[in-house]
Amino acid sequence: MKNAGKVVIGVVIGFVIFFGFPFYYNIGKANVAPKLKYDTPAILQYEKEYGKKECVESKAFMSAEHMQLLNQWRDAVVRTGDRIYVNSRGESFHMSLQNTCLNCHSNKKEFCDKCHNYLAVNPYCFSCHIVPKEKQS
Amino acid sequence: MLEKALIGSKRYWLWIGALLVVIGIAFIQYLHQFSYGLGITGLSRDVSWGLYIGQFTFLVGVAASAVMLVIPYYLHDFKKFGKIVILGEFLAVSAVTMCVLFIFVDMGQPMRIMNVVLHPTPNSIMFWDFIVLTGYLVLNIVIGWTTLGADRKGVHPPQWVKPLIYLSVPWAVSIHTVTAFLYAGIPGRHFWLTAIMAARFLASAFAGGPALLIILALLVRKLTKFDPGAEPIQALGKIVTYAMFANVFFLGLEFFTAFYSNIPGHMAPIEYLYTGFEGHGKLVSIMWTSSILAVLSLTLLVFPALRRNENILAVACVSMFVSLWIDKGFGLIVGGFVPNMFEGVTEYWPTTPETIITIGVWAIGFLVLTVLYKVAVAVREEGGYHD
Amino acid sequence: MSINRRQFLRLAGVSTVLGVGGASVLSALTGKGEAVSQTTPHFTTDPKAITGKRWGFAIDVRKLKTDEEYQKCIKACNDIHNIPEFGNPKDEVKWIWKDTYEHTFPTVTEDKIMNKELKEKPFILLCNHCAQPACVRVCPTQATYKRKDGIVMQDMHRCIGCRFCMAACPFGARSFNYRDPRGKDANGMPFIKKENKEYPTRTIGVVEKCTLCYERLAVGLLPACAEASNGAIVFGDLEDPNSEVRKVIDANYTIRRKPELGTQPSIYYVIGGRE
Repeated sequence: MKNAGKVVIGVVIGFVIFFGFPFYYNIGKANVAPKLKYDTPAILQYEKEYGKKECVESKAFMSAEHMQLLNQWRDAVVRTGDRIYVNSRGESFHMSLQNTCLNCHSNKKEFCDKCHNYLAVNPYCFSCHIVPKEKQS
Repeated sequence: MLEKALIGSKRYWLWIGALLVVIGIAFIQYLHQFSYGLGITGLSRDVSWGLYIGQFTFLVGVAASAVMLVIPYYLHDFKKFGKIVILGEFLAVSAVTMCVLFIFVDMGQPMRIMNVVLHPTPNSIMFWDFIVLTGYLVLNIVIGWTTLGADRKGVHPPQWVKPLIYLSVPWAVSIHTVTAFLYAGIPGRHFWLTAIMAARFLASAFAGGPALLIILALLVRKLTKFDPGAEPIQALGKIVTYAMFANVFFLGLEFFTAFYSNIPGHMAPIEYLYTGFEGHGKLVSIMWTSSILAVLSLTLLVFPALRRNENILAVACVSMFVSLWIDKGFGLIVGGFVPNMFEGVTEYWPTTPETIITIGVWAIGFLVLTVLYKVAVAVREEGGYHD
Repeated sequence: MSINRRQFLRLAGVSTVLGVGGASVLSALTGKGEAVSQTTPHFTTDPKAITGKRWGFAIDVRKLKTDEEYQKCIKACNDIHNIPEFGNPKDEVKWIWKDTYEHTFPTVTEDKIMNKELKEKPFILLCNHCAQPACVRVCPTQATYKRKDGIVMQDMHRCIGCRFCMAACPFGARSFNYRDPRGKDANGMPFIKKENKEYPTRTIGVVEKCTLCYERLAVGLLPACAEASNGAIVFGDLEDPNSEVRKVIDANYTIRRKPELGTQPSIYYVIGGRE
């Protein structure tokens, strides 16, 4: 190839300019991790009664695994016919995204959407499962 | 070898450009359908399959074109088909591609297509249709490309292609049988509940596929320096004649069973299609058009003197292709849904967006066909052929 | 060393497969170590749930005298299940509806001599939750399937919208969302007039039908249509000879829709009592 050296240098420079764009465009801008709000009326009520804020499972578990858990809930409720989930603390819950999860986490914009938007994921759950009206916290 | 499709005359590029424009327009319509929903078509609660599925059904038949050349050439050493088997195989690739695309545009949730793979369901015929169609597509691509590549180099194709070629014969039969089973195993719709559905599919496939192939071979001769030869075209003509006679005969059998048994459920769909039912008769004129075209094509084909004239043969093939397209690509589907399960009538007619999307898918099929044929013809023009 | 194109591609392909495979093995091995818990999480049925082996209905339309009584049953279902009203018969979604005798039993064919009262009586139609459903046989993803309690269920999460089940159902029990049920009509009115916030809607491009109020059975409630019917729609376990539904079937003459097709529908329509 003629002028192979120059071509390669040109390609490399072009590559750096193009693929480095996300990095140098955002220099100086803080990319803050999402801060989730746990202060819905239902959660605050729970805290008043039990002294702490607790979800169906631990926060670490839910952060990492809530997608898998919801899939399992879906199959249990719709396909098998079981309605009750007994968690690792021995407590029973009615398995329902709309009526259980979103009952406490009624602030979808300050909770669910925060992480989903940050990570650019778009779960299609909410195209069917009705989101409760955002209650003032 | 694909680079051969990048070199072409002005006419070639104009044709490609026109196809791309059509595809672009249709794609925009599809985006509209994707956001609005399938309600943009003429489909309804009663007629839940229409033009898209009809086209898919018809094109499965066109894909049989390959096997109608493969059987005589590879199983019975009919050397005359040697140079044009590739045209049949590439037509099959184009047809099956269109089949898959028509299914895709018909689905309500196309993003969930992988559910068919993630949750395989052997009791579902649609699952098997997915398998056999994908398999047939892969088979024809591999066989076609490998044999053509060997031709180009002037050598025998590699040994491993032979078993694939033999496999493609029963596989071709399977794609028709399985697609026919989609209809023939459904308990409530008497228009479809017939044991000879698969036989009818095969007969119309062996008529329609090769008919299109004859037209394409004549076009190739006219537009390129590759001449498929008069003898192969005549041989195909004879196959098409017998297959179409079988197809029309089978249709007659359906009429007999329905009307001699006098069972209302059997008669009603046929009445709807050919005479109108309870005042509804949107499809009557096109169904009779299909019948007249069928009779016309057979008249032109049955007399050797007429069939030997390639212009008359072309007219016969076009007329047969259109006749089969109406019958299998439209009448068969709508007839299963009218009357509905309550013996009422909801009619169906495709809407404009639906038609545009359909034309767009055909344009994609023609694009695939053009590119593949360009490669095949280029190889043949260079003299690349090995018996 | 020089390698040719084929060898390079082979090497690249194998490396990719090994890399992907290796990563998944690694994550499975390291896993997520949870602290020791009191119980292993598991699923179970609500003790209040009504259970049965083969749910079915006995519907006695003689007990529905006015159109309001029919509509009450239909409305009970439509209200709690967020059924959209698209405003045209083409896109119609219905889980339960009213229709004539001739439309309900079309294979009986036009008979001018038959009992006039029966001939003119409207019937209530819904999914028959057949024992051997054709729709379940054809679904390519098992989005519609038969549960062990006999309900022919619809999993809206899995449905790909191919509508094979709609072609297969001999009873016209299924509807398709040809449009987005959460949308609005030309006047800006939502298709779902009043949302029941405790039940999901469906989404565009999926099939839906009566799911036998599985969500109510799971907490000990009867199906909504049966509850609203004032005894016209009797619900129960067809395999329990002591159930009310069996008693109604034993005490009356009943017919089912298109029994000759072998789908074994689970809805028995009472057409007359024994002497």
